[in-house]
Amino acid sequence: MTTLSRRALLKAGLAVGGGLLVEVSLPQAQAAAAAAPATFQPNAFLRITSDDVVTFVLLSVEMGQGVSTSNAQLIAEELGIDPAKMVVEFAPADRRYANPIFDLQATGGSTTTAASWEPYRMAGATAREMLLEAAARSWGVAKSECVAQDGAILHKPTNRSGRFGQFVEAAARLRVPDVTLKTRDFSVVGKPVPRLDAAVKVDGSAVFGIDVKVPEARSAVVVRCPVPGGQVKSFDAAAAKAMSGVEDVVRISTGVAVVAKTYWHARQAAARVKVEWDEGPLASFSTAALLETHRKLAREGEGKRVRSKGDVEAALSQAARVLEAEYTAPFLAHAPLEPQNATAHVTSSKCELWVPTQSPGMLHEQVKRLLGCDGEDVIVHQTWIGGGFGRRLTQEYALEAVEVSRAVGKPVKVVWSREDDMRHSPYRPAATHRVQGALDAQGRLVAWKHKVVTQSILAAIGKDWVHATLASAPGFMKRMATSLAVPMLSAEDETAVEGAKELAYGVPHLAVDFVRHETGIPVGFYRSVGHSHSAFATECFVDEAAHAAGQDPVAFRRELLKFEHRLRWVLELAAEKAGWGTPLPAGRFLGVAVHKSFKSYVAAVAEVSVEGTAIRVHRIVMAADCGRVVNPDIVEAQLEGAAVFGLSAALKHRISFENGRVQERNFHDYELLRMHEAPKIEAHIRHNEAAPTGIGEPGVPVIAPAVANAVFAATGKRLRDLPLSLEAAS
Amino acid sequence: MVKLVINGVEREFDVPEDMPLLWVLREVAGMTGTKFGCGAALCGVCTVHVNGIATRSCVMPVGTLAGQRITTIEGLTQGGVRHPCQRAWTELSVPQCGYCQSGQIMSASALLAAQPEPTDEDIDAVMAGNLCRCGTYPRIRAAIHRAAELAKQERVDLKAAIGVAGTKEEH
Repeated sequence: MTTLSRRALLKAGLAVGGGLLVEVSLPQAQAAAAAAPATFQPNAFLRITSDDVVTFVLLSVEMGQGVSTSNAQLIAEELGIDPAKMVVEFAPADRRYANPIFDLQATGGSTTTAASWEPYRMAGATAREMLLEAAARSWGVAKSECVAQDGAILHKPTNRSGRFGQFVEAAARLRVPDVTLKTRDFSVVGKPVPRLDAAVKVDGSAVFGIDVKVPEARSAVVVRCPVPGGQVKSFDAAAAKAMSGVEDVVRISTGVAVVAKTYWHARQAAARVKVEWDEGPLASFSTAALLETHRKLAREGEGKRVRSKGDVEAALSQAARVLEAEYTAPFLAHAPLEPQNATAHVTSSKCELWVPTQSPGMLHEQVKRLLGCDGEDVIVHQTWIGGGFGRRLTQEYALEAVEVSRAVGKPVKVVWSREDDMRHSPYRPAATHRVQGALDAQGRLVAWKHKVVTQSILAAIGKDWVHATLASAPGFMKRMATSLAVPMLSAEDETAVEGAKELAYGVPHLAVDFVRHETGIPVGFYRSVGHSHSAFATECFVDEAAHAAGQDPVAFRRELLKFEHRLRWVLELAAEKAGWGTPLPAGRFLGVAVHKSFKSYVAAVAEVSVEGTAIRVHRIVMAADCGRVVNPDIVEAQLEGAAVFGLSAALKHRISFENGRVQERNFHDYELLRMHEAPKIEAHIRHNEAAPTGIGEPGVPVIAPAVANAVFAATGKRLRDLPLSLEAAS
Repeated sequence: MVKLVINGVEREFDVPEDMPLLWVLREVAGMTGTKFGCGAALCGVCTVHVNGIATRSCVMPVGTLAGQRITTIEGLTQGGVRHPCQRAWTELSVPQCGYCQSGQIMSASALLAAQPEPTDEDIDAVMAGNLCRCGTYPRIRAAIHRAAELAKQERVDLKAAIGVAGTKEEH
C-alpha cells in the first residue's frame, strides 16, 4: 500500500499542480434565480460541482494518442466514478500544468501516462476521501462504513446513498487528508474503456484549431520564401488588394500575409502577390549534395564520442571478420492532416489565441516575448488537434497569427495550405549512419562502432525550449541559461544519438560517435525523434551480422539480449505470434526488429512479399511492453497507428531539396499509406506491473528495419537507404 | 447568388460560382464538420455526399451544385439517430486525432448505401481515397463491417440513412 503524507502530497501538488486548493465558489446567498452550482476543486486537475458535473483538466494535449481517456481512467479509478461520465477540459497555459518530466507544459516524448500516473490518481483519491468525510459527517456515520462508487457515496450498513454533488460544499471546507493509492485490484485502470472523445469525432462537432470561429475573425494566408530563411526584399500587393474579399496585405517576419474574409478569398489573392525575395544562405542547398557530405563525414569525420565501452578500435583491428555498412535517412515531413493554423486576437491590452498546439507553455512564453507583454495578458485556448507527431511543438505557425492580428488590429486565423505545410515546416533531420562490427571465430558479435552524422534539433529549438522552462525567471537569467545550455545541449544532442547510444546488445567493445553537421534547415521533433532513424541502422546492422554469422536473426538477437530481459521478452513474443521459424506460404518472408525507446520495449515482425521491384507488406506483428497498461485498447491502437505511420516513412517518404527549395508539395508526391496498402496488424501487449511508460512513439522505430530485413530474406538484397526501394538497388 | 440544398435545407449564398463547396460550407455556412486537408482531392477529408455520391468538396465549384442534394457529416445523424457507421466507429474506438473521420464516415456511408455488405476488396477500392495519418485503417475496415452488421440486424435502410431515395421511390 502506498501511503502519502499530506506534506508529500502538497509537495507533489506544488510540483505539478500548484498548491492544493480547496476552492469553493458559493452561489450568492438568497439569489432568487437558479444559483450557480457550488464547485469543489481540490487540486488543479479535478472539479466537481453540486450538480454533479465532474470535470478533469488534462495537463497534456489530446492529439489522438488517447490521453483524454486514459487520464480520466486514472482519476476515475480512485474517485469511484465511470470515466464516461467525466468531462474533459484542456488546460490553459499555466505553470500548474507543466509536465513534471520536462518542467514545461508540453506534450511529447511519450511521457503523459508516466507523468500523470501518480498525480491524477492522487487527485481522484484526495477528492474521494474528502467526499467520504463530508458524507459521513452529514449522515453521522463512520467514514469507514462508506464507499465511493458510480459517482455516489454509499453507506453500506444502511444502503443510504447520495451523489457526489450533494457533498461538494461540505467537502470543500475540509482539510486535505493523507491518501493511500491502490496498488492492485484495479477496476478501471487496465480496462479497455472506449475512447471518451469518439462521439465528437464521428459527428463533425469536435472543434479543431482550423475550425475555431472567433467573431469578426478574418482569414489570412502567408506567402513565404520558397527557400527556408529567405527574407522579403520588396513586394507588390496592388493586384492582390484589388481582388474581392481582400482587406489587407501586410509584411510579417515569415513573409507577406494576405488578409481576407475567407480562406478562399485570401488564397486566390495570394497568387497575385508579387514578392522579390532575398533567398538567403540556403539558396543553393541540395539534399543530393548533403548526402555526399554525410557519406564523407561518415567515413572520415571524427565526431564526439558519446559512448565507449572496452576498446572498439583494437577489437576491430584484431577481428576475425569485420562488417561495415552505411545507412541513410532523409528529411521527413510530419504531414498531419490538419494543416498548420492558429487564430489570434491582439488588442492593446491582451492577446488571445486559439491553437492546436502541443505546448501551451512554449507558445505562451514565445508570444509574451514577441509582444513584450506580461504573462497574464496572453491567453491560450487549446483546441482538438488534427495530428501532432511532434510538429506542433514548434510554435512558429501560431506566432504568424499573432503578428498578422497585431498588424491589422483584428482577430485573424492564419491557415496553411498543404503545400505550405509540406514546404515550410521544420523536418525530421536527415541522418547517415556508419556501423562497423566485428565477429569472432565463433560468430559472436564482439565489437560495434556506430557513427551518427546529423544536425542538432536542440540547436534549432533549444533557445525557445530553455526560455519556456525558465518562464518565470528574470530576462538576464534566461539569456544566460540559453547561451550556456543550448550549445552544451547541442554538442551532445541526445536526440541525435538516442537509440544508437544506448545500444542494448551485449557487445563487449562498443563506441558511438556523434558527427554533428549543421545545415541551417529548420528541424524539429518527429514521432520517435532520433529513434526514427537510429533503429533503422542498429536493427539492420545486427541483422547483417546475424546473416554473416550464419545464424537465425531472432536467435542471434536473443543471445545478445541475454541480460536485457524486457527487450528479449517482447522479441520472443513477437516472434512467437508471427510464427517465426514455422513454414510460410510461398513467396512470403519475415523480418524482425526490436528496440527500446522512451522507456518502452517494442518488437515487430514484418511479413513481406516481393514482386519485381514492388515490396508488399502483408502483415506486421507487434509486441510491446510499456509497463502497467492503463488502457490496453488504446495501446493496441497506438501500435497499429505507429505501424502505418512507420510504413509510410519506410516505403514512401522523402523531403528533398534542390536549389534551396523543397520539391514535394502535396499527397501525390509525399504519399501516405492508403487503406488498400495497409497490412494486417496484430498488436500484442506483454503485461506487467512495472511503472507505466509511453506508447505514442515506441511503435515507430522498429517498422522500417523489420521491413528491410524481410526484403533481405526475400531477395538477398540489403536496402540501406530510406525510403526503401528495390528500383534504386537494382 | 448560389442556391444549395444542404442537409435538406435550401440556403442561398452570395459567393463566387467558382468557390469550392468546401469553403462555402466551412466559412460561409459555418459548418466545420467537413475538413480541409489538401485542396487537391488527394486526401478525402472534405468528402460530402452529392445526391448520395461521395464527393470531394474541395474541388467542387458551388456553381455546379445548384439544386443538387448535398449531405455533410452534420446531416448524417437524422432525428437524433446516429448512422450505423457513427455507432460502429464509436463502439470500436476508431478515431485517434479524429480529423479525417468525417470524410471517412461520409465515404463509408456512401459505400454501404451502394453495397450493404461490402467485401474487403470493396472497402479497399472505395476507402483508398481517404487518408488517415494516425493509421486507423484496420479499425475503419472493422467498423465498416460492424456497421453493415448493425444495419442488417436492425433492418436499417442504408440508402435512406444517407437521405437517398430507396428502391421503392421514383428517382
